[in-house]
Amino acid sequence: MNSLSVYLFVAALLFSLGIFGVFQRRSLIGMLIAIELMLNGASINFMAFNRFLAPDPIVGQIYTLFIMGIAAAEAAIALSIIVAVFRRLRSINIERAQELRG
Amino acid sequence: MNSVQSLIQPEILAQIGFAGVLALTFAGALIAVFPRNILYNVLGLIVCLTGVAGLFLYLGSPFIAMMELLIYVGAICISIIFAIMLSRPLHLDLPKRHLPKVGLSLGVGAVVFIMLSAIISRTAWQPAAVRSSDWSITTIGKYLLTRYDLVFEVISLVLLVAILGSIIIAGYARRRPS
Repeated sequence: MNSLSVYLFVAALLFSLGIFGVFQRRSLIGMLIAIELMLNGASINFMAFNRFLAPDPIVGQIYTLFIMGIAAAEAAIALSIIVAVFRRLRSINIERAQELRG
Repeated sequence: MNSVQSLIQPEILAQIGFAGVLALTFAGALIAVFPRNILYNVLGLIVCLTGVAGLFLYLGSPFIAMMELLIYVGAICISIIFAIMLSRPLHLDLPKRHLPKVGLSLGVGAVVFIMLSAIISRTAWQPAAVRSSDWSITTIGKYLLTRYDLVFEVISLVLLVAILGSIIIAGYARRRPS
């Protein structure tokens, strides 16, 4: 049960649920939550390959730490943009954020 | 005492724990994607990330599991909750579902999952010939300060710029109301 392919399937399921969420949601915060799910699928992949295949079991852990740092930066920027968009349009529905449409 | 120990094998206990962690992850991911109330989504994301931290524990890295709890659950989820509180009154309008859109996105997600699982099950994974067994936090720190030094610095620079940029973006929006 505790084998490589189990972890890879879990990561693939998280990733595809994230893709489903990004396409389906219309609120910006819901899309951000789905993106966090996809990033977690990627980190599970790194950790699983690190545990079962890699010659040096430190590198995957370091990459997972870097993914977490990037996710934190991305969440901070995205949330501030969401707050700015809400103050301007009184809505976080992406279908109303159309000021840039040509 | 002896009978209890013979009754509960540690391997079986580990299997039960692993199944519990998997169930936590899946249930959290489903709650994070499906309900329309955004607060339920955030709570589902918290449950899912706790399950992922348990998976990292089973992958033999307690340090990364603690970092997952600290950064994702402790920082990102809390700031998402703050953004929800700042943006929209929750009782106003639940966004309506658009049924063809949900169906199409379900199809896209299913296609991606089928392709990924086909790739996973067809590949014969070969472990590396020589594998070191050094998992310690000391070695992680050593690598971070020697071989991955530049990446470490760049990540901290990116975080600094992100913090400053988010303050500036949110602040300008306050100063110039439309």
